[in-house]
Amino acid sequence: MTGIGQPETEGNGRGYLAERGWRSWAFTLDHKRVGAMYLWTTIFFFLVGGVFALLLRLELLSPQAKYFGNHAYNVFFTLHGSMMIFLFIIPAIPSGLGNFFIPLQLGARDVAFPRLNIASYWVFAAGFLVVIGSLVAPMDTGWTFYTPYSAKSAAAVTTLSLGIFLLGMSSILTGLNFIVTIHKLRAPGMTWHRMPLFLWSMYATSIIQVIATPVVGVTFLLLAAERVFGVGFFDPSKGGDPVLFQHFFWFYSHPVVYVMILPAMGIVSEVIPVFSRKPIFGYKAIAYSSMAIALGGFLVWGHHMFTSGMSPLANAIFSLMTFFVAVPTAVKVFNWTATLYRGSITFEAPMLYALTFIFLFIVGGLTGPFLGALATNVQLHDTYFVVAHFHYTMMGGTVMGFFAGLHYWFPKMTGRMLNEKVARAAWALIFVGFNVTFFTMFIVGVRGMPRRYAEYLPKFQLENVISTAGSAVLALGILVMCWNLLQGLRKGAPASANPWRALSLEWRAASPPATENFDEVPVVTEWPYGYGTPKA
Amino acid sequence: MDNILAFGAASSQAGRVDALFVMIAVIGGFFFFLTQGLLIYFAVKYRRRQPDRDNETPAITGSPLLEFLWILIPSIVVVVIFYYGWRVYTDQRIPVAGATEVHVNARQWLYEVKYPDGRTAINEIRVPAGKSVKFILSASDVLHGFYLPDFRVKMDMIPGRVTTLWVQPDRPGSYQIFCTVYCGTGHSNMLARLIVMPQGEYGEWVEHAGREGGEGAEREPLAARGERILKSAGCLNCHAVDGKEKIGPNLRGLYGSKVPLEGGTIVTGDEEYLRESIVDPGAKVVKGYPNVMPTFKASIPPEDVKAVVEYLKTLK
Ligand code: HEC
Ligand code: HEM
Ligand SMILES: [Cu+2]
Ligand SMILES: [Cu+2]
Repeated sequence: MTGIGQPETEGNGRGYLAERGWRSWAFTLDHKRVGAMYLWTTIFFFLVGGVFALLLRLELLSPQAKYFGNHAYNVFFTLHGSMMIFLFIIPAIPSGLGNFFIPLQLGARDVAFPRLNIASYWVFAAGFLVVIGSLVAPMDTGWTFYTPYSAKSAAAVTTLSLGIFLLGMSSILTGLNFIVTIHKLRAPGMTWHRMPLFLWSMYATSIIQVIATPVVGVTFLLLAAERVFGVGFFDPSKGGDPVLFQHFFWFYSHPVVYVMILPAMGIVSEVIPVFSRKPIFGYKAIAYSSMAIALGGFLVWGHHMFTSGMSPLANAIFSLMTFFVAVPTAVKVFNWTATLYRGSITFEAPMLYALTFIFLFIVGGLTGPFLGALATNVQLHDTYFVVAHFHYTMMGGTVMGFFAGLHYWFPKMTGRMLNEKVARAAWALIFVGFNVTFFTMFIVGVRGMPRRYAEYLPKFQLENVISTAGSAVLALGILVMCWNLLQGLRKGAPASANPWRALSLEWRAASPPATENFDEVPVVTEWPYGYGTPKA
Repeated sequence: MDNILAFGAASSQAGRVDALFVMIAVIGGFFFFLTQGLLIYFAVKYRRRQPDRDNETPAITGSPLLEFLWILIPSIVVVVIFYYGWRVYTDQRIPVAGATEVHVNARQWLYEVKYPDGRTAINEIRVPAGKSVKFILSASDVLHGFYLPDFRVKMDMIPGRVTTLWVQPDRPGSYQIFCTVYCGTGHSNMLARLIVMPQGEYGEWVEHAGREGGEGAEREPLAARGERILKSAGCLNCHAVDGKEKIGPNLRGLYGSKVPLEGGTIVTGDEEYLRESIVDPGAKVVKGYPNVMPTFKASIPPEDVKAVVEYLKTLK
């Protein structure tokens, strides 16, 4: 081990958690508390969104909409999709784990603008309250809000779009805060190339959030204007264009899939070296590919619209660009795999989830070319193939990365260890349940079943029944995991400052860290991946 | 290549899409086994051997050569896949001369079918086998989709616009049509069928069943109605339909021709262009002509615009 001294600071009691009372949370300026509040909130919405998913799967047991009916089904998938996207997956890693660990990994005492940070949480809270308010007339437009349906629907689309506008504001504020924090608050000696890869990925993510989110904000305002004042931006009978909405929407929502996946990739890049006891392979390739993905991601939104009547030339350009954005993603996978080579690998829960991320993300990634190639896209677009593809990337990718992060940083956040046996059992259920649920969707998609169908042809029933069975196993796994996290929180064994023997700076703070993180600002002399046996 | 996937292709075009699918699956499968194989192999082979001591691990931090290779090789592979995807797609989209034309208009939650000779139907489209079919798609309320899984094609149906889709049904049979763009409560019940009939039978059907019975069969062919409207709407004040030139361009032979616009671009005179020229003439101004044509958006309802376009298409 190269001379990185590890002052195993003893956990000084409850650290940042010491203060009690709701005011100490509501007005906190501590990035860790803000992060924790985001985590609680987003996990709550993940579970609610998951309940809707199970209701969808229940309805799909039968080809007829027997249990809830068509309209309720449509409401369920809209709420499922919108909650998972806007209230869980976009904020969970950046605003939750990011808030907690960006300053710690930088060796900083807090983010650059702590007041802005807590303000962005409250804007977020206002956003989700408005979203919940919209349930008085629940939306049934799908999370994509396509006009003209969304402009005509009697549901509370206006309310919901204002809610999402607020959530977007909060993302922008958080993104700005992180960009400035990473530029200005790196500990002495921490050059850009000594930053942990999680920070690189959070940096790329923040850039996307700041550039892309205003577009969706404005789009939702236009939609609200259309509904309230009858302005016809997207209404053909008033000279507008319904497809224009799709362009606006995807100009934001494609880059946003990278807001969802890049942070998870950052977590995986942290966990793999720690549990392989090897330096990360291809640090620069991983760091720069995040930036390439972030920028390239702005040029491919049209791949969601190949069948919307765009010119064949535009389609061809979007298709080609899409394929090129796939390359940096592949590069990351290769580098992680190479990191394992000749390592000394152990399989604690964080590592199991990180490996699962790679495994499932490869499936999600390799099904991408079917959708990127024009002719097969025209066949598969808007079928269950797409539903399977994005669940493999979003749930198999991002959510597994998030779980890896939760398990990896749990000791740091709470000062307690998790029960490893229960964690592994939950992982096994999730792994099996996930694949049974979603792999069948590829098959039924290739066989032609369209998405967003409450009722389907009887010939698709077998796959749907299998998928629903899988979702029960998956749900059980998630419950066991949550139970384990709660148990760990209440009575887990006390954690040392650095239970995983990791080298990045957050592990030099106490578990849980004190309010200002470090007694003394650490000085950085080398990169955080100096694992392994030094050369003779 | 037909029938390569378990669920049966209904045309040679579909066979080509299946071939592409298989090609991507083979390439993807190779990379799948390569990457997953290495992942699992490394994870097992290099697991920590002794419970309390790490294996010796080398301080490998990267390899420029490997990075170069695994950027280069995937780049080449994706370009190849892109190329075939694009080729098969363009061949599908190339206009086919002499195709049977069928107008399909979607509304919540059914498909209205109209043939050029005035026959109409709901949720059922009949076409002769062995001849290309061109679907001229529109929608009256919200977005809808037109998906023919057996032909591996789909197209969105958009209010205020016309989109088109070609298929070449080789084999008689009855094929499923799904709505694929979410359109509200009845979305998953918005189904229709494409019935491909042997040539002879089709002819007979047109003679009998297609003309009688049929839901409110409208006798006047679309193009004839279009001609009537065109004459009464005053178009001929500015446009000639024979050899002469007036204020506006001659409309004969416009359909399918290349039209040079102000500003230098050139567009094809397809249905969508003709429709747009009538309802929004200022959007694309023909080179060398003044932008004086009034919009007929308010005065000619969309159905009638379609008829006029049909008429213009007969002016060869
Ligand atoms: C006031 C004169 C005027 C009237 C009336 C008029 N047009 Fe036009 N039209 C023009 C002019 C001038 C152009 C060329 C400039 C442009 O593209 O706007 C044109 C262009 C067109 C084009 C595109 C021609 C091309 O070569 O691309 C079509 C199609 C067309 N008109 C159809 C119609 C129809 C159908 C009507 C009746 C419903 C109509 N026009 C009535 C003046 C007129
Ligand atoms: C708990 C496991 C999950 C199950 C069983 C599940 C199931 C489903 C099903 C069946 C649909 C399709 C609805 C339809 O098209 O008829 C769907 C849609 C969707 N899911 Fe999930 N899902 C799960 C988790 C997630 C997660 C974690 C995300 C987060 C990214 C997510 C995001 C979406 C989105 C965006 C849609 C599209 C909604 C729409 O069409 O508007 N899902 N899900
Ligand atoms: Cu996209
Ligand atoms: Cu529909």
